[in-house]
Amino acid sequence: MSRPRIVPEPLATLPWRMIVLVVAIGCFGQVVLYSAAGGSLKPWALKQGMLFFSLLAGSLMLSRIPERLWKTAALPAYAVLVLSLLAVELLGKVSGGSQRWLDLGIIRLQPSEFMKPGIVLACARFYDLLPFGETRRFAAIWPAAALIGVPAALVMLQPDLGTALMICAGGATVMFLAGIPLRLFIGGALAAALVIPLAFQFVLHDYQRNRILIFMDPESDPLGTGYHISQSKIAIGSGGIWGKGFLQGTQSHLDYLPEGHTDFVFATMAEEWGMLGGCLLILAYILVVRWGLEVAQAAQGRFARLTAAGLSTTIFFYVAINLMMVMGLAPVVGIPLPLVSFGSSAQMTVLLCLGVLMSIDRENRRRQRW
Amino acid sequence: MRRRQARVVTEASQAYSFSRRAWLLGVAQGGVGLMLAGRMGWLAVAENAHFSALSESNRVNMTLVPPRRGWIVDRNGVPIANNRTSFRVDIIPDRLERGPEERARILATLGQLLRLTPEDMDRVRIDLDRAAGFQPVPVAENLDWERFAAVSVRLPELPGVAPSRSFARNYPGGAAVAHLTGYVGAPTAEQYKATHNRLLVTPGFKLGKDGLEKMLEDRLRGSPGEKRVEVTAHGKLVAELATRPDVPGHNQRLTIDAGLQDYAARRLGTNSGSAVVMDCLTGEILAMVSVPAYDPNSFSAGISHLEWNMLSEDDHVPLMNKVTQGLYPPGSTVKPMNGLALMHAGVSPLDRVNCSGALRVGTGVFHCHKRGGHGPLDLRGAIMQSCDIYFYEMIRRVGYDAIAPIARMMGLGQKFDLPLASQRYGTVPDSAWKLRKYKRKWTVADGLNASIGQGDVLANPLQLAVMAARIGSGRAVIPSLLARSDRPSAPALPISPDHLATVRAGMWGVVNGGGTGGVARMYVPGVALAAKTGTAQVRRISMAERRSGVLKNGSLPFKLRDHALFICYAPADNPRYAAAVVLEHNGHTVRNLDTPMIGRDIMTYLFDRERAMTSLADVEPSWGGDIATRMAAQANAYRASKNPPPAAVATKTDAVVPSDAPAVEAATDQANSQAADLVGVGPSGTTVAEDGTTEGAQQ
Repeated sequence: MSRPRIVPEPLATLPWRMIVLVVAIGCFGQVVLYSAAGGSLKPWALKQGMLFFSLLAGSLMLSRIPERLWKTAALPAYAVLVLSLLAVELLGKVSGGSQRWLDLGIIRLQPSEFMKPGIVLACARFYDLLPFGETRRFAAIWPAAALIGVPAALVMLQPDLGTALMICAGGATVMFLAGIPLRLFIGGALAAALVIPLAFQFVLHDYQRNRILIFMDPESDPLGTGYHISQSKIAIGSGGIWGKGFLQGTQSHLDYLPEGHTDFVFATMAEEWGMLGGCLLILAYILVVRWGLEVAQAAQGRFARLTAAGLSTTIFFYVAINLMMVMGLAPVVGIPLPLVSFGSSAQMTVLLCLGVLMSIDRENRRRQRW
Repeated sequence: MRRRQARVVTEASQAYSFSRRAWLLGVAQGGVGLMLAGRMGWLAVAENAHFSALSESNRVNMTLVPPRRGWIVDRNGVPIANNRTSFRVDIIPDRLERGPEERARILATLGQLLRLTPEDMDRVRIDLDRAAGFQPVPVAENLDWERFAAVSVRLPELPGVAPSRSFARNYPGGAAVAHLTGYVGAPTAEQYKATHNRLLVTPGFKLGKDGLEKMLEDRLRGSPGEKRVEVTAHGKLVAELATRPDVPGHNQRLTIDAGLQDYAARRLGTNSGSAVVMDCLTGEILAMVSVPAYDPNSFSAGISHLEWNMLSEDDHVPLMNKVTQGLYPPGSTVKPMNGLALMHAGVSPLDRVNCSGALRVGTGVFHCHKRGGHGPLDLRGAIMQSCDIYFYEMIRRVGYDAIAPIARMMGLGQKFDLPLASQRYGTVPDSAWKLRKYKRKWTVADGLNASIGQGDVLANPLQLAVMAARIGSGRAVIPSLLARSDRPSAPALPISPDHLATVRAGMWGVVNGGGTGGVARMYVPGVALAAKTGTAQVRRISMAERRSGVLKNGSLPFKLRDHALFICYAPADNPRYAAAVVLEHNGHTVRNLDTPMIGRDIMTYLFDRERAMTSLADVEPSWGGDIATRMAAQANAYRASKNPPPAAVATKTDAVVPSDAPAVEAATDQANSQAADLVGVGPSGTTVAEDGTTEGAQQ
């Protein structure tokens, strides 16, 4: 890996391919938000742009933090996040309503959001500490399950099904990559296939059952929850291959599409840019995730490998769950499309993930140069 | 399959396992990515048409514009039914100021400008509270120009208020054409359920409810326009898109002469009756009037319950079209036809019968209308003098079964194919008919009653006009209402010209030869009228009454007075026009309201309009003015009798009880059934010829 020396070393060692992709996704998101506001920088596009670039700058700074520091901080950070989740829960109890954030005066922090990368780091650190020989023992499973279960349960209490699912999925991915026997996962999947229909019949409340039924057939409830999915499908479907054209989307501009700038921003985009825009965006995300997995493959040491792969997968889950939701393949769970949806939390999380990934990448490159 | 015991986890094997699993993960993620792209392709390509349509129906809100109804015009193109601009004011909720004070100010201003009642204001407020978006809330319809203009000039200070014009059906002839055209009204819920045509629930759309408007609905309706607007999910108007204009319905030209129609209606005066004028050669109907009538203009706008009550309680049955739905014993008007039948049966027109004033048949005595008798009369004299005894005697000789076929040939008992909602076509009795209907044998008395157009004989005024036209022209004319450019003359009837000449001579003599209709003599040079008068009794005259002198009609209650009938054609020497006039319970009490003078004036109109108008101008004021004036006076009197407090309250009652189409239909039905009771036919209102019985016209 040799680059011309005109560029200073810290810049030259940055993964430019990934950064260009992320900037492209972010800028495209701002273009979509500009259109969603009816052709106006306000109220979303400008704010989002400023946020994106400052968070990107923050992410680049995070990449300077050496890998071992992440390793050291993983478990303490996890503990702090669990305590914050508890605090949120207690505050919510006190104020008499459900709450998801901690108000620190200048900034509102949503601990559950940070828990998504947090659980990956914590699990990766746990398997890093675990002796190789223990990997296929029960001792390799229950602590990790507990690490995942405690925050997932706390988030579930908020209640935030989407985030809880993502915490479980992130943790499970790390367990899978750490080498936990495959049959456990296969068995778990089988058990889930068995338990879910039973739970659907006997555990879920009527209203929860209804939600799932509406997801199966959104047209049956065109004015309720089904309305979101129906209108989103109409927006994507009516966009066709080439889209209706920039600023020409009617579903979003005439307010038929709810949450067209947040969770359903992909539908807003697809209506105007069509299948072409949608596929390019999906491709960009896949390439970013693939870069993350390549970093993981190149990484030295169990912690770095598991962290890199786990964080990449976290980004993937964001994208996949959101897209499945807007295309009517999953129930509406409130997961935004990272870097495109208006809002700070998801952007912050994803850029945090990328920051850690870049830090691992830097470590990889330095090692290769030696 | 690996065995568990054999498995030793080392740093190297761990790294190997990781890279294998990470690779697997990457493949799975790529797979999910492909699946998402595939799903997108499914939505955006395979289902694109479906979702595009949904997106379009989201975006575009289409409202129908009711089509302008085709005109109904007379034979010369004069409008009988057209569309007048109607002014209305609506409020577009979306554009109305949101502030409550501002809203209240606008509503108050509107109420003042349009002179709305407190009830109207309440209705508008309630509608506004429920309304959303751009769907207009109606404030007032059918405004006069002054009030419409008052709102229009103050629009800048009335945001959200939308004055607009639409079209309303207009009948320039008013009540004179009511039974001809019928009227229009809002469709009923049943009509919408039957077709699910969106036009039927479009505000402002009206369809034909009666008469030609109903029968020619398909032709007159046209197709609606479309107004397309782009709206947001909240109903906010974004833009007006391309608008497709309506296609007006086809116009329909009638054979009617609007001037004659109007004249005939006025000339009938205060009578309860009808008049039909036909072209003798083609059968085209030039006028078809039934009075009194309702005003189709107010019916089409929706009438008040008060007006409806007034119309349905009136003993002059203004809701019935007497031309085709009124059945009457034709009385002496059948005598010319009888004459043709007698000659056809071999009776010589020169054979005489001595009229002594009465004829004894079996145990009964049949009287002539002339108490002392006419002395010896031949056929022509019998027609001129309308001698009953002549026809009793002659028809007793040949039998009524020889008369009935000619009666039918002349149009009696016949149904004609006209675009009119319902016709009742009466009875021409004979022995076979009686056996079928009553399972009894035909008696001599039956024949005698029938021979003077009483007993079982029943006809409607249209049939009488056809009879007059057929006698006048000798052609088998068929009445028609819809104009055709190439209408051939009707074929000749299979009747000897000599017979026709004899009968025509008799009818000429009725007017011009010292007969019963001398009053009907026309004062148009070169034009003579040929006619036949008729009187149909509606009560039995007892022997005791006959001895002490038959009561004069003027001293009888309205319902017991005789019907007055009249058929005629002119010019007598070259017949061109024929007419029939039938006046219910007229009783021949007032000369200028009796059939001969009415018939004469209506026929005069066709040859000398000036003279006819002068004649009308002389007499009309004595009846209380023209039709509209009399109707208004009657309505006021009725209102006063129902509502002792003065007019202000009465108007309010009208406003509170909104009229609707079902009420009008019910009124028509009720009037029809009343009319049916009156004539003694079943209440169904449908026409069953042979069920017709008189209301007691037996001698």
